[in-house]
Formats: sequence, structure tokens, C-alpha cells
Amino acid sequence: MTKIRGNVCNSATKNNGGKKPVYFSSGDRYLERSFAVEFGASRLANMIKVQNLVKIFGTKRAVDGVSFEVERGEVLGFLGPNGAGKSTSMRMITGFIPPTEGSVTVGGFDMVENPIPAKRLIGYLPENAPAYTDMTVSGFLKFSAELRGLRGDAKKKAVARVIEMCFLESVQHQSVETLSKGYRHRTCFAQSIIHDPDVLVLDEPTDGLDPNQKHEIRNLIRRMGEKKAIIFSTHILEEVDAVCSRAIIIDRGKIVANGTPSELRQKSESAGAVTLRVTGVNGSAVTQKLSQLSTVKRATILKEDATGVTARVFPKNNVNGSLAHSVADAAQGWRIEEMHTEEGRLDDVFRSITMPDTAEEKN
Amino acid sequence: MNAFANIKTITKRELAAYFSSPIAYVVLVIFLLLCGCFTFFVQSGAGTYFGRDDASLVTFFMWHPWFYLFLVPAVGMRLWAEERRVGTFELLMTMPITAWQAIVGKFLASWFFLGIALLLTIPLWITTNYLGQPDNGVIFAGYLGSWLMAGAYLAVSCITSAMTRSQVVSFILALVACLFLILCGFPPVIDFLSQGFLGPIAAKPWFVDAVASMSMMSHFEGFQKGVLDSRDLIFFLSVIVFSLFTTSVILRGHRAG
Repeated sequence: MTKIRGNVCNSATKNNGGKKPVYFSSGDRYLERSFAVEFGASRLANMIKVQNLVKIFGTKRAVDGVSFEVERGEVLGFLGPNGAGKSTSMRMITGFIPPTEGSVTVGGFDMVENPIPAKRLIGYLPENAPAYTDMTVSGFLKFSAELRGLRGDAKKKAVARVIEMCFLESVQHQSVETLSKGYRHRTCFAQSIIHDPDVLVLDEPTDGLDPNQKHEIRNLIRRMGEKKAIIFSTHILEEVDAVCSRAIIIDRGKIVANGTPSELRQKSESAGAVTLRVTGVNGSAVTQKLSQLSTVKRATILKEDATGVTARVFPKNNVNGSLAHSVADAAQGWRIEEMHTEEGRLDDVFRSITMPDTAEEKN
Repeated sequence: MNAFANIKTITKRELAAYFSSPIAYVVLVIFLLLCGCFTFFVQSGAGTYFGRDDASLVTFFMWHPWFYLFLVPAVGMRLWAEERRVGTFELLMTMPITAWQAIVGKFLASWFFLGIALLLTIPLWITTNYLGQPDNGVIFAGYLGSWLMAGAYLAVSCITSAMTRSQVVSFILALVACLFLILCGFPPVIDFLSQGFLGPIAAKPWFVDAVASMSMMSHFEGFQKGVLDSRDLIFFLSVIVFSLFTTSVILRGHRAG
């Protein structure tokens, strides 16, 4: 089992550990964020702890021995190709389906043994964002608030708060049936945060939204991630960079990579490579000269035309950072138009991990 | 306390869902139309309402098992099928409530709805009291029995609704199951069994009696006569409890995959 913990979480846990309730925002003084303490869970427990999770459908091992932990203050990105077991894992974490083997603990409560207090801590946005089509948006949110145990004034405030946070004012009296996909998605998202949960599980929260809405939802997730433990799944790799403090790549039911986005990027072949564009020389001269450097593994031409040459130089494994210098030295006499060190690309890593046979084609 | 609050929340939502779709109005109107027509105009073994020369609602209650046969499955078919088709089932089962609270809440909503349908026939009772002096105790027992019977049909519909994502399939399965529960007390069925067409064990008196005692008709008969027999009461209630339990087992099966 791999344990990588963000530093953010420690301070967040401390803030929340005391008796003093921490409010979501200064205006909303009704929901004490101390569910876990209130229900007797250990404050030191990981908010989400998944151990050796296995789910077998018929003969297929949809999820095969997945283990990880998420602390308060972490946003965990759950990546993987379609059918990798992301949704199945999330369904087990939220207690919708029981695991074949292994255990899920949320805020110290076992999801199988003690589901009700565990579910109380979770807000869940299922895939495809289902909502009761016969209800109005505010009716649906009131219903969710009631099932979450909010009554009277607290319910009213909670509904008003999520309507504002998710930009649903204009449709709040409309029936869910008549909503566009983006609004329906946000309605279901609003449902998941209505009780200001300590744990959020979001299955493709930005699926089907337009770029502006995506941006808003990402900001919302990032902001909430400072105080909560969040897991969200996505296909969109830029989202991982924008939101996650840590990412897990899952393929065929197994975790194949686990680390911060920059750690994952390091695994990319292009990480640390130098790309440069020069004019006044031809391609073969560039590769010949650069590949003779001691720090260089190989040099390739990305593009060559009448105006110049774009080349990429890959470092030898043990060279760190000095590649750009040596390339710049070697390039004296050429006109350098552009030169930069690659950070590595998440989608390269994603491809090379989840499709090992075809990854070589790239570059 | 919490359990009751959760059940109440779900019941309220489901009941509201009926009235925000045409299904409630269609069922109510058809039920009332059928009651009106059959009570007053259709010749039966008990005569017609006016032809009997007797202030009673016998000709009203006697048709209820047949009306319920297709109206109750129509009321119950969406309970779980729709929930699973739309995906809100996942939402509901990840809320901090037990499956039982959801099952009971949904069942109660539909049962209350059928109660509302029954209450809307009150003008018939007023008319009868205006025209003569009926035994209101008998009429009350009839209403109670009718509502209990509707509950039993409904619980069976819950099972079939939990079995499938398709409301049509749920409707047809519930209709067949309820038809069986009506017919199993009829003489042709009893004769068929006792003549041994289904094998020697099926012809044994105890087996024939067991099948015959499953009949909704015979248990509803007592109520129509104004007899509140604890056996009839227990029969309807146990059909409800057993069916809801079966529903919970089926739903758990879906989740276990």
C-alpha cells in the first residue's frame, strides 16, 4: 500500500480537531463541521481508508485489490480508462454496493458494519448525476436536506446556500425534467454538498459541462478541498493539474500509479527533455551536434521547414536540470528562437501506463 | 425517531410525485368512474344498487378486487423500476437511511394514495345514508377491508417493481400475480387441484385448502359482511410484510451485483 500524504491536511486536521466548530463560511453558522467528533469517530483516523478492495462481477474482477487513504485537505484525482473500475470503486466507498473483499472506512466507521454514520459523512455525486425528474430543483434539494437530517431553518439555509454556490437561482423553481444537462449536473452536485460533508465523492463532476461551468466547478472543488477529503474521478487530465493534490491511476481494477501530479509527470519520457527552435542550420546538423553531448540520450527533430528546425533533446537518466545549459552551450552560433525544459505530460504517463504496448509510438 | 423522520420524508416525496404526474389523476378518475358504473348499473349476483331494495354498499365493494387487479399494479409499477432506470436508486441508497426506511416510506405513500382514492367514494356513502338507513359499521368494515386488500396488492406490485427497470414488465407481472391471488379460491381452481391434475400431493385436501386460503376474495368477504376476523386481518398484513421483505431481498441482490 502506498501512502502519500499532503502537508496541507495536517494543519487542516489540527484546526478542526479542537472543540471549536469550524464553519464553512462566515455567514453560515448552522452546520457544525464536527460530525466525525460528534459520532465518536477518532479524530486521527483517515477520513477515507480503503483496504484491499475487491469486487467480482461474475468471473470478472472489476476492482482488484485497491488500497489508498485520503486525509482531510486532500483532493484525490481518480484516473483511468473507461471500465477500469473507477465507478465501481466509488460505489463501494459510498456504500452503494458491498465489496466482495476488503474494507472501506469513512471517518473511522466501517461502511459495511456501520453504514449509517459512515454515509452521514459523505456527499456523493453519482455518475450521470441522477435526480428525481418530477421534482423542482429546490424541492429536490429540500428532500435531500431532510434525508440528511436538516430541518426547519437549517434546511432552508442549506438549500439557499447550495443554490447560490452552484448558480441555480434562475432554475430553482423549474422541474428537473426540463433542465439542460449542465443544470441537472449542478443540481445533483448541489445535493452532494448540501450537508457540508467532510468527505466528498464525485464521479465525473465536470462531465457534460461547458468550459465556464467546468471552471466554476473546479474552483469549487479546489476551495472545498482545503477542508474536506475529496475523491473525484475524471478523464480530463488537465483537471488533475488544476484541482488535485494527489492522483491515482487505475487500470483493469488495479492501482498502477499513485502520486502528486508533478510526481506522475516525472514518469513521462519527455520529463526533463529540452525543446528548442533554431534557424540557420539544417536538421541533421542539429541532431548530430546535440547527440554528441555527454548528457544527452538522444535528439530528435520534431519539425523542420524553411524557417527553421524544432528539436527535442532527451537527457540521460542521471542528469538533472543541467541539460538546458549544455544544450545552450552547444547551440552557440545558431539562432535560438525558443528553448524550454519539458515538465512532462500527464497524458503521456497515462498512455504509457494504461496502454503499455502503444506508448512507444509517441515521440 | 430518526427512522420515522426518514420514512416521513420519503413518503411525502413519493406522494407528491404521484400528483405531479398524470398517473394519479388517471387512476383516480378511472377508479371513480368504474365504481360509479358498476355499483349502479351492472347486474351481478347481488343485484344492482337500486334493484336490491336494501341500503347497503355490497354492490360497491364486491367489484373492488377486480378494479384493484389492474389499478394497483399501475400505481405500484414505478416505485422501484423508475428509481433504478433513472439512477436515483443509487442516490437514495447512499443517503444515511436504511433500505427498510425507503421501502416502507415508498409503500406507505402508494398506500395512502389508494386510501385517497377510496375516500373520494365517500359521496356514495352519503347517498346511501340519505336514501335509507344502512349499517354504517358494515360499511366501515368494507372500507377497511378494501384498503387492506389494496395494500396487499400493492406490496406484491412492490416486488415486481423491484425486479425490473421496466414499468411495463412490472405492471404485467404484478397483474398476473394478483390475478392468481384472486382466482386461487375459485371453485374451478379448487376442482382442478383436487382432481389431481397437478400430481397427487396437489390433490391432498391440506394442499387444496392452503391454496384456497391464499385467496384475496375469501378474506375480503368477511369484511364486506361487516365481520372483522383477526385471521383476515393477519392474512392481509402478512402478505404486506412478506412482500416488502421480499422486495428488500431483491433490492439487496441488485446492489450486491
